[in-house]
Amino acid sequence: MLDESLAYKVSAVHRLEPRARIIASMFLSFGTALSHRFDILGLYFIVSAALVFTASLSWHEVWGRLKPLLWFVVMIWIFLPLSFEGEIIWQYGWVKVSFAGVRLCMEITLKSVTILLVFTALVATMTVATIGYGLHRLNFPEKLTFLLLMTYRYIYVIRDEYHRLLRAARFRGFVPKTNLHSYRTFAYLAGMLFVRASFRAQRVYRAMVCRGFRGRFRTLDVYRLNGIDYLFIILCTLCAGILLLFEYYRIFL
Amino acid sequence: MNATPCIIKLSHISFAYPGSDVDVLNNLDLTLCQGEKIGLIAPNGSGKTTLFHTIMGLSQPRQGTIELLGKPMRTPKDFEAIRTQIGLLFQDADDQLFCPTVLDDVAFGPLNLGFSKEEAKNTALETIHELGLSGIRDSVTHRLSGGQKRLVALAAVLAMRPKALLLDEPTAGLDMDVKETLINILNSLDISMMIISHEFDFIHEVTHKIYSMENGKILTDEEVHVHQHEHVHRHGRHPHKH
Ligand SMILES: Nc1ncnc2c1ncn2[C@@H]1O[C@H](COP(=O)(O)OP(=O)(O)O)[C@@H](O)[C@H]1O
Ligand SMILES: [Mg+2]
Repeated sequence: MLDESLAYKVSAVHRLEPRARIIASMFLSFGTALSHRFDILGLYFIVSAALVFTASLSWHEVWGRLKPLLWFVVMIWIFLPLSFEGEIIWQYGWVKVSFAGVRLCMEITLKSVTILLVFTALVATMTVATIGYGLHRLNFPEKLTFLLLMTYRYIYVIRDEYHRLLRAARFRGFVPKTNLHSYRTFAYLAGMLFVRASFRAQRVYRAMVCRGFRGRFRTLDVYRLNGIDYLFIILCTLCAGILLLFEYYRIFL
Repeated sequence: MNATPCIIKLSHISFAYPGSDVDVLNNLDLTLCQGEKIGLIAPNGSGKTTLFHTIMGLSQPRQGTIELLGKPMRTPKDFEAIRTQIGLLFQDADDQLFCPTVLDDVAFGPLNLGFSKEEAKNTALETIHELGLSGIRDSVTHRLSGGQKRLVALAAVLAMRPKALLLDEPTAGLDMDVKETLINILNSLDISMMIISHEFDFIHEVTHKIYSMENGKILTDEEVHVHQHEHVHRHGRHPHKH
């Protein structure tokens, strides 16, 4: 389900502290999102590719992460150029392709691929637990952080429960078909799953209370920011900041 | 002051789940004194888990009084202060292990007790070491085997240095090796405990008293003549009266 295989590698990126990686990915992706010039977007793309390379990810793995995005990009390429007003660069009958539309498509494609690469290199290379830790230390709202962690922790348990229920139904001769009986059975399964999940939530909460939980999460400091982490944050922030200035003041190299 | 101070003392406890008129606990009395190790063997649905949850103040009884460590428990606040000194091991270890890694989970209790991060980490590491779990201290909890989860959950409870332990079916689903480990750990602990189990052999090895439950009441040693049968019997492997 949730694949964390990228997190269990060894590279310079993996050695960076979670907070450093989260902050850097934020600045780089905001910088990318705010740019419109292709030369600057090209630079961001190079930076993101360099990060992927440093994280020693294989093309195969990166491609796996990019694939879902490409469907979205293809949809944009089909619809945007046709529906955009402006200078027409190609026409066939009533089908008109505008220059502005194509330019926007290229911009969106480049931006989304770049941002995804940044996140693949810096964030997908952490386990969910590590991301949660990083967010927690960055004073991200506590409830949201622990919602993330708990969801991740119990999604497996709930999946197992679902499989158990389904197996029990199968043992009694249930074969899913497209008929009312099947739909009703799945509705019962879903309902049962919901009931079980809420009982589970109650028990988990009780277990937490038994161990002294009073509404505030405390965690161990597992990671420490070191010089390289600060250097990395500064470099990424500077890179995003300078490129943004170039864009804003129309500075060309 | 009593000669042998009691850790848990329940008197005339009655409890029914909301919306039900069956008393799962019915005018129940129970004491667990310093150093006592009591086994509780009773059929499914007889209210054992409910009893433990009532002791911890997780379920509020309709009637009766609860005294923990010599103090009467009247309000939820009273329980809050005492609860961390009594370790409850839940029937399902998945309910108890919610932190990302083993170390995080074992340190969760000590951190809540107000230990500094350094102290909490040391206490957790010590407990992990004592239970022979050092090899998996950085493992992600949901990937552990059933036996490992059970031992980690026990470590999480023991890291709080409780004065008493309540174990809810600790051997359910464990293989012989882990059961053996568990027996050794429990026998090495010098604290009071009450253990729910369906396994007579296990209970026999780790406790010196065996109680049962029937109609929402505790049946103590004198009332229960516990034995195992070789012949087929309506009550199966559960202890029962003759
Ligand atoms: N949350 C609940 N709501 C309503 N009834 C419950 C709940 N939990 C348990 N019961 C009922 O209370 C009785 C005792 O349950 P429990 O204490 O879990 O028994 P045991 O642990 O001995 O198997 C059972 O009949 C069960 O159906
Ligand atoms: Mg039970």
